[in-house]
Amino acid sequence: MPPCRRVGGHVGAARAAAPVAAAVTAARRGGPFPWAMDGFVGRAAPRPAAQAGSALLPALHLPLLPPHLYRPATSHEYKLNFRKSKEACLSYIQDAMLQKQWKRAAEFLTFYIESLEKDFSTEYVGPSEMIWRIGTEILCHHSHSSMKEFNSFIEQMKTLGVKRYLKVCLEHAFHLLCNGRTDEAYQNLSLAESWRFGEQTTAQDKELKLIQAYRGLLDYYSWSKQKNVLLEYERGGFEDLSVEQEMHSSFRKAAVNLKEIIQIPGVWDLFVKCYVDFLKRHGEPKKSLISVLKILHDIVPSHELMIDFNIMLQKSKKRKKRRLGLEVIFAALDYAGWKENVKAWSCLARQVKQIIISEKHPDWIKQEWNSRKDWWPTFHFSRYLAKRNWQENESLAYEKAVVAGILLGKDCKYFKYVSHQGCKDQKKRFRTLKKFVNKHSSVYLRISGLSDSSV
Amino acid sequence: MDREKAEDYHERCVQCSEVNWGLTDGGRFYCRTCHNVIERTREVVNTDVISNTRVQTISRGLRKQEKTDEGWEWYVCEGFQFVLKKQAEALEALGICPQMKDEILCNFWRRYLQKSQQAYCNRPAGEAIKVLSGCDSSTDVDSEPERPSLLHLLSFSESDGDLLTDCSFGSSIGKVSESTSVCSGSVDGSLHLMKNQKDKLRMSMPMTLSFCYMALLWLREPMTLSDLLRFVVEGHIPYLNVFQCFPEKMKLYGLDLKIFCVESWPVYEEVYDKMLQLAAFLELPRFPDITDSCFLHPDMLCMKYLMEANLPDELHNWTCRVVKKIRIGEADFLTFAPGNKSTRKVKYDVLAAAVIVVVLKLLFLLNDHYEWLLSDFAEERNKNNKEDGLYFEFRKWCKIIKGSLDVEQKKLDEERAKYLWRCEKPLFYSAKKKSKVLKRRQIVVNLQNQFGKLSGSVQPAEKPHPSSFQLNWSEENTDGSCFHGHSLKGILQEKCGLLTAMNPDYWLCTVKLCTEKLCGHLAHYRDLDFPQSYHFVLRLFSFLLRIQPSYIHEEVCMIEHKLFNKKLYKKPKYSPGQRK
Repeated sequence: MPPCRRVGGHVGAARAAAPVAAAVTAARRGGPFPWAMDGFVGRAAPRPAAQAGSALLPALHLPLLPPHLYRPATSHEYKLNFRKSKEACLSYIQDAMLQKQWKRAAEFLTFYIESLEKDFSTEYVGPSEMIWRIGTEILCHHSHSSMKEFNSFIEQMKTLGVKRYLKVCLEHAFHLLCNGRTDEAYQNLSLAESWRFGEQTTAQDKELKLIQAYRGLLDYYSWSKQKNVLLEYERGGFEDLSVEQEMHSSFRKAAVNLKEIIQIPGVWDLFVKCYVDFLKRHGEPKKSLISVLKILHDIVPSHELMIDFNIMLQKSKKRKKRRLGLEVIFAALDYAGWKENVKAWSCLARQVKQIIISEKHPDWIKQEWNSRKDWWPTFHFSRYLAKRNWQENESLAYEKAVVAGILLGKDCKYFKYVSHQGCKDQKKRFRTLKKFVNKHSSVYLRISGLSDSSV
Repeated sequence: MDREKAEDYHERCVQCSEVNWGLTDGGRFYCRTCHNVIERTREVVNTDVISNTRVQTISRGLRKQEKTDEGWEWYVCEGFQFVLKKQAEALEALGICPQMKDEILCNFWRRYLQKSQQAYCNRPAGEAIKVLSGCDSSTDVDSEPERPSLLHLLSFSESDGDLLTDCSFGSSIGKVSESTSVCSGSVDGSLHLMKNQKDKLRMSMPMTLSFCYMALLWLREPMTLSDLLRFVVEGHIPYLNVFQCFPEKMKLYGLDLKIFCVESWPVYEEVYDKMLQLAAFLELPRFPDITDSCFLHPDMLCMKYLMEANLPDELHNWTCRVVKKIRIGEADFLTFAPGNKSTRKVKYDVLAAAVIVVVLKLLFLLNDHYEWLLSDFAEERNKNNKEDGLYFEFRKWCKIIKGSLDVEQKKLDEERAKYLWRCEKPLFYSAKKKSKVLKRRQIVVNLQNQFGKLSGSVQPAEKPHPSSFQLNWSEENTDGSCFHGHSLKGILQEKCGLLTAMNPDYWLCTVKLCTEKLCGHLAHYRDLDFPQSYHFVLRLFSFLLRIQPSYIHEEVCMIEHKLFNKKLYKKPKYSPGQRK
């Protein structure tokens, strides 16, 4: 039973006291109006109807009509309300920004800001995000804005929306970097990295990764600066232990973050390149470098570092690594971006040749070729391409012809065209090539596993 | 704040042996499980701690002593009374006679309180509130299914339905059952929004303006409804955020926000219709006669609008003739008689504007052809003869009006976009929300300052001096932009000693009027269906009155049908000059 039934007596007391009370209230206040509460006399007993009749039939609960059905519709085109006013304001801001009238945009933004106080929208881009974006844009372009002003604006934006906290942080760091404030940017990123806000932290996982990556990048940057300083010192013949220590700590911090980031699927070129350069220059053992590049090969097989990787692997004494090298270079050449890369083709040509000459592991080539033999001929070794390559880049045509001759035999259109042209021009290497292919034509048959290949 | 200590009391209840204590308003402990009230009382009132725990309090009926530190116990009608007072004072400051506030408006309001049984009666409705609000603050929503849930109240929309999405409403709905004890600052907020209004007229913010307009009308003050609403928007009459001037101790929260916090400007039709309803509800007698010496008389208003529209003074003669011909200048037609359901109620400003439009149609036809012919003629004549005053050139008038209308409209649109709706004193749904709302407010103020500085513009200019004219044309201007003195000679001809229009034709806006009672309108307007000149003229008056062109169009149709009544209804086969 709800308590109100129990305290029924109190309600009774209230009933008796009400007129007095009203009079007291009115007197105490002096009344908001000259004709204030003096009229509130004789409050009568409450109606008993509430209790009666309710037991007979269950009440019919009609659904609620939305307001626009509930009243006869009138045209409210002219009815200006908060939302419409702010929408209009927003479009003025956008116009001004498009015309680079930053002062005018700032002026209208001043009036748009109060929509924050009504920001309960579930829209993807709500007022607070709008204000963040527009405000940032204005502060970046306005002639009278300063870095101090920008920072204070961003700090407010950070408190405003936890849902995009890290995005704001990242953007802030970019802005600081653009203005050459690397230390502040670094501080900001470190702070953002340690930000914890329950579920929000996990929801912004991707942003956090980026923040870590950029912090790693800045660590790399400071490491490379310190490295240069040390090199200067060495040239001068003295050493500085503290700089060296600092450099090492930068290395560690950067390595942790960068290593983590390249394991996530995505395009991390910027970070990977730094990381690899970093490992090389730091004199890290080949082994760790190779393991990083292996990860990179798995997620971005078309990465430009794959040539370095292939060269590194070819040199290896281990069979497994050389096998991986072949895989890497084949995979890279699967991508259109590499089609005309002489270096890549020469890598492949060299390795394939080597395998043929040594007569060890032709099955490696066979395995790689199997999945490619039905599309590489048209993709790489058409007659049209042979013509074009020959015209544009002779070395490319040569390297490709080596590969084509070995993989497709001496009847291949590409090989035929290029070697013919080469011999016609009395070029020595093409003649050698022709001899080489003729000599090893049995290999081709083994690779293709067929004798009726007719390309 | 009287809730903290219950948590610390861990003795078992002697009746049900639960440990689930709440505090009554009187500071006594009661068991929330079995509702047993025990002797133990709270010892220290620590007002600093606000607990998040859910503890109900029992209303003791006499809550005043407890509530004095929070705010007064006040009723919704007192709030409206306060608003009305502020509005009346503002009107007085605008030059309305002081009688309005203390006699007219005051009497209307008293009558309203009495009719709606809020005061001056044997059984004020407020008594029911007592019981109800007692329940509100002492029960769990879950345990009382008959009680309409707060959710229903929240989605029950008033004229300012958009408030629903306001501040805290959106986010607090889910937690309603926890916060029933703060459902409003006023005593009867929930009742006000809940009660079935079939026989009563629920007070609302737009209705405060209906009250004001009704009082102005009673006094036949020289202020039309469109003027009144414009003054409201311009800030000369308190409306938006008027709760700011409430006494400190009149706390607004919860449902009060829905009642007093407005987020849209009043709409002409709404205020007008509410005024009609109100007058009928109060069973007011016939209002004082509107005679030809009153400002609201069409002859007077036409004069004003002709000046404002920069049209020749000579046209006034024609508007008067139309008014006389169809007898819309008579007191019986013009005077507001609430009880008389057979007469059409007059919107004075719209009527006068429509009369001018009809006169322009009579003289210039406005069919996108004839008016330009006349204009060519006048232009030619003005070139050759500069001595005897200028003939009125419709084309030149259009050009000048369009120029200044575009400028003013642009200004108005920008002003609307730049309007600041929020005030320094923010409202919050419940105490829980207070800190969040205040924090937001602070951020908003900071950002406004920051970007205000960058905007380079000086602080927003002071609100415009209230004027009943929005466009001003003066003959002193030598740029020839004023048409007041121009003559209509070129378009009139003398017939039997009487000046008549050269234009022999007329086109009706509509052949048949709709039934207003059925579809709500006499006629319907789509600008594409009508000549551009006609639309331009409507747009001008629509700007001046700040109402939609269709309202004026409707009134034009009504006048035309009175004007051509004989031709239209006595010879049904003959279609008079129907050109469109």
